[in-house]
Parts: sequence; structure tokens; C-alpha cells
Amino acid sequence: MSKEIKPKRRDFLFTATYTIGAVGLGAAIWPLIDQMNPDSSVKALSTTEVDVSSVEVGKTITVLWRGKPIFIRRRTKKEIDEAAAVDLKDLKDPEKDSDRAKNPEWLVMVGVCTHLGCVPLGNKGEYNGWFCPCHGSHYDTSGRVRKGPAPNNLEIPKYEFLDNNTIKIG
Amino acid sequence: MSGEKYIPKSKLAQWFDSRLPLLTLSHHLTEYPTPKNLNYWWTFGGILTIFLITQIVTGIVLAMHYVPHVDHAFESVEHIMRDVNYGWLIRYAHANGASMFFLAVYIHIFRGLFYGSYKSPREMIWITGLIIYLLMMATAFMGYVLPWGQMSFWAATVITNLFSAIPLFGENVTEWLWGGFSVDNPTLIRFYSLHYLFPFLIFGLVVLHIWALHVPGNNNPVGIDVKKNGNETMPFHPYMVMKDLTALLVFLIIYLWFVFFAPNVLGHPDNYIEANPLVTPPHIVPEWYLLPFYAILRAIPSKLGGVIFMFASIFILMALPWLDTSKVRSSVFRPIYRKFFWVLVVVVILLGYLGAKPPEGIYLILARIATAYYFIHFLVLLPILGRYEKTDPLPMSISDPVLNKQDLMDKFKKTVTQYEGDDVDSFK
Repeated sequence: MSKEIKPKRRDFLFTATYTIGAVGLGAAIWPLIDQMNPDSSVKALSTTEVDVSSVEVGKTITVLWRGKPIFIRRRTKKEIDEAAAVDLKDLKDPEKDSDRAKNPEWLVMVGVCTHLGCVPLGNKGEYNGWFCPCHGSHYDTSGRVRKGPAPNNLEIPKYEFLDNNTIKIG
Repeated sequence: MSGEKYIPKSKLAQWFDSRLPLLTLSHHLTEYPTPKNLNYWWTFGGILTIFLITQIVTGIVLAMHYVPHVDHAFESVEHIMRDVNYGWLIRYAHANGASMFFLAVYIHIFRGLFYGSYKSPREMIWITGLIIYLLMMATAFMGYVLPWGQMSFWAATVITNLFSAIPLFGENVTEWLWGGFSVDNPTLIRFYSLHYLFPFLIFGLVVLHIWALHVPGNNNPVGIDVKKNGNETMPFHPYMVMKDLTALLVFLIIYLWFVFFAPNVLGHPDNYIEANPLVTPPHIVPEWYLLPFYAILRAIPSKLGGVIFMFASIFILMALPWLDTSKVRSSVFRPIYRKFFWVLVVVVILLGYLGAKPPEGIYLILARIATAYYFIHFLVLLPILGRYEKTDPLPMSISDPVLNKQDLMDKFKKTVTQYEGDDVDSFK
């Protein structure tokens, strides 16, 4: 007696009702979740222009972009050479210095440790670059992570030189 | 619970109770049978209830003066401290109340661990309790952000960045939490909203926690089932109420000592500097009650790994009723588990100490050993002990450990003989 169980009209109606109900509920919940994402006024503040004419060799300035500190460092010859001489095999997150600083004299980075978001301290640490006081990550003179719990190099934001003295970040 | 169905005396009360059985509920709560051998470690549930109410009341009042905006939050807290009538008292009571709340909850949790209160049939009490604990940590963290001092800001940054460790979606999740590209005004306002909401969620879960408790009834120091209808229980009111009140008064003395004489000793001076997104304080630490987890986070030399182990250290407790397979509840009758229990207490305190130290040298090595031990305790030692430990014989009733002492019985007989003559047995 192999009587095949045929889906009934009512089964179809139930399934259709649940599906429409789930979609409707999802559509109602989405605005409540999405309202927490960055809003238009936050997104609008997406570029900053910085005058760097007063920055001397070996100095760093810190500017705020999207609520985050941006380090702009005019590197010394020694730092550039050190950064270029590093063997990529020694790096946790291999990146060439020339890819990070298009103009080798200027290093522009987001000054936020890639571990848990603290601001690293300059001219510190075992690689003469940056050192994060929170959980002990060391970065070199190119801002690449060399030691500690941070998984990545300090982020390079999108930027360009508008002229010799002005950098546009974002 | 207590046998016959409760029927109010007056006609009016009967009319009311048959429509809304609040009187039956009140009768159940006052007459609720508690084991007569409960010791003072069992008073912390009551203490916690009082502290939850204290935090809600002081919090509602503080919300009348606090302004959740990055430009005004720090000032408004100082305004509460300096200008608002008794503002200093209410704020210090709220801030130190949080610390005492955690102190009490840790004692409450370790009491459960020692006496095996998480074991069948009390698993749901244990699990609802852990959810309350998780909500408490979230609430405390968001509350700590509100004064918008340096520690507030950087605590918010570090904790929200934990979610950036999630593969693929990490960055989207953190930006969603922030409502921007860093911790800023939208973050502060949503934390304020949720900090106000969560205590009421906790309150609801406390109702479930107590409901789950009232199904099997209390565990007790001996850990064996009590005979509900024998002479082994006493009504909750007035017996346990009085005991709870005694313990509460002692606990309040400690709490008020902090409030009046050392209100800032558990905090961090850097939080009296207004938040500055450009400068991280040289030494950031969480509040003391989160330090053990912070030590675990830093002990693992990988970002994602650290986050996973930190959350696992809490979620592993959810599985505890099934990891500990021993049928004997109370440590009193488990000679080996009892020793490991105290080792665990020392390890957790050690982790707390290490969480406050910089993650380098000997501190880092110790933190790694202690983290490994923490997980070994739950994942290896407990299942093995459940199988191989030789437990001590359990008494027949909860009265036995007190009454079956020969010298005590002799003394009792002698006293009784004085009044009753030689026919002692009939008295007994």
C-alpha cells in the first residue's frame, strides 16, 4: 500500500503564508538595523586637505580624518633606507615600502593600531617606528607590523598630493 | 510547592485572587520551602537583587541630569558631581554599586561551582544566570563609556574593535556598531540608549532565573535532595529573609565604605581627562571585574585567536553541567574536585592580576599558563574527575552531618535526661 502523500492545498497556503510573513518581518526589521550604520552626514565628511609645508624632515604631524588620527611623517634618509632594506620574508603582512609611500619622503598612514584600535606612539619600539602601548605591537619605519598581536600593517588611506605642499586625504 | 492549594481568607481577596492570582504568588514566595542547612554563601542571590534595584534607581535619577552628546557628556557628569543636589552621592553609589554588583555575582557563581548547583535538575538556573552575567558585562561596559573620559573612549575603541577580528565582515560590523568610522557621537548615544534598556532585560531574566529556581527548589551545602514534606525545610519568610538581611547589612557596610571613603579607588584617574581620539593613555586597563578576560585576550598571540578564547572562556561555562559528569553535587564529598576548585579560584584571581599588568616578560608567560589551565580545568579535569574520583559517602539526610555526631548526641541526651528523666528514647 504505497500511497504517495500528496501536498494539499492547505499545505501550500501555509508555506506561502510563512514565506510572505518572514519576508515581511525581515523588511520591517531591516530599517531598524540599518539605522545604526554610518549616516549621510558622517559619510559626507570624507575628505580632508592638509598643508604640510611646515613639516620638517624627521617630524610627524597628526591630523583628524573621519574621527581617526592620520600620521603624516616626513621621513629621514636613514628611515627610508631602513624601510627599503627589509626582506619581505621577515614581514607578517608583506608589503614593499615603495608601495606604501609613493613619494618615499612622505609616509601617510591611519594612526590606528590594527589590533584593537589604539593610537601607536612614534619613534618608539624595537624597529624605530611606532609602538602601540595597549597590547605591545611594534611597527617599523614604514608602519609595517613586525612584532606583537596586530595582524596587519598600519593602513594607508587614499590620498594624493594636490601640489607640493598640500595633501588631500580621502 | 507547599502542598495544598492556597485560598485567601476574605471573600474580597478570594474574588481578586481568582481573577489575578497575585496573592497566590505572594503566598508561594513567602512560604517557599528552603533547606534548613543553607549557609551564608546562599545569601548572595538576595544581595544581587537589591543591587540590581539600587543600580536601576540611581541610574534613572542620573539620566535626569546626564547629556549623551560628545560635547556635553563629560561636562554633564562634572555638573552632576558639583551642582546637582546629592549628585556626587548618587553617582558614586552608581559607579561603586556596579563594582559591588560584580563582587556579589562572582561570589554567587563560585558558590554554584563549589556546591555543584549547576547540576541536574538545575541546568536552566545556571544558564539563565550566565546570560544575566553576560548582560551585566555589556551593561557595565556601556555605562563606563558614558562619562566620555579618556578611559571611556579607549575602552569603547578597544572593545568594539574586538568585533573587527571577525573574518570578512569584521569591518562592516564595527562600523555598524560605531555608526561612523570611529567611536564618536552616534556611538555614545546608542550606548546610552542600550545602557538604559539592558538592566530591564536583566530584571526580566532574573524573574526567569528565580522561576527556574522555584521548580526544583534550592540546592544546599550537602548537595542531596531535601525531603520537601519532612522537617528539612523552612518557609522562606521569615527564616531566609532574616538571614539574607543580615548578610545584606554586612555587604552594605563594605559598599558604603567605598562610596564614602574611597569612591575612586576602583576607577582610573585618566577617566577624569576628557576623551581625546588623538592620544591613547599609556596604560589602559578595563575595570577590575573584566581583568581576567582581558588577560586571556592578551595571552593569545593572534588577534582572532585572542577574541575567540576570551568569548570561549565564558561560553564554556554554559556547557559546565555536561562537562562535569560527577553525580555528587557538593564539593564537601568530592575530596579531589575540592582541591581543583580552589586552584581554579587562585588561577582566576591570578588572571585578574595579570590583566592589570603589561603584557610582557614573566606576566605574559604566566598569563599563558593560567589561560591554558583555565580551559584544562573545564575540558579535561572535570570529565576525568567525574569518571575516576572516589567520592565520600553521602549522608542519608541533610540533618545527618549535624546530628550524627556522637559527642553532640551524648551532650543532648544528658541535657534531655535532666528534664525528662531516663525515658530519653521516647523524647527522640
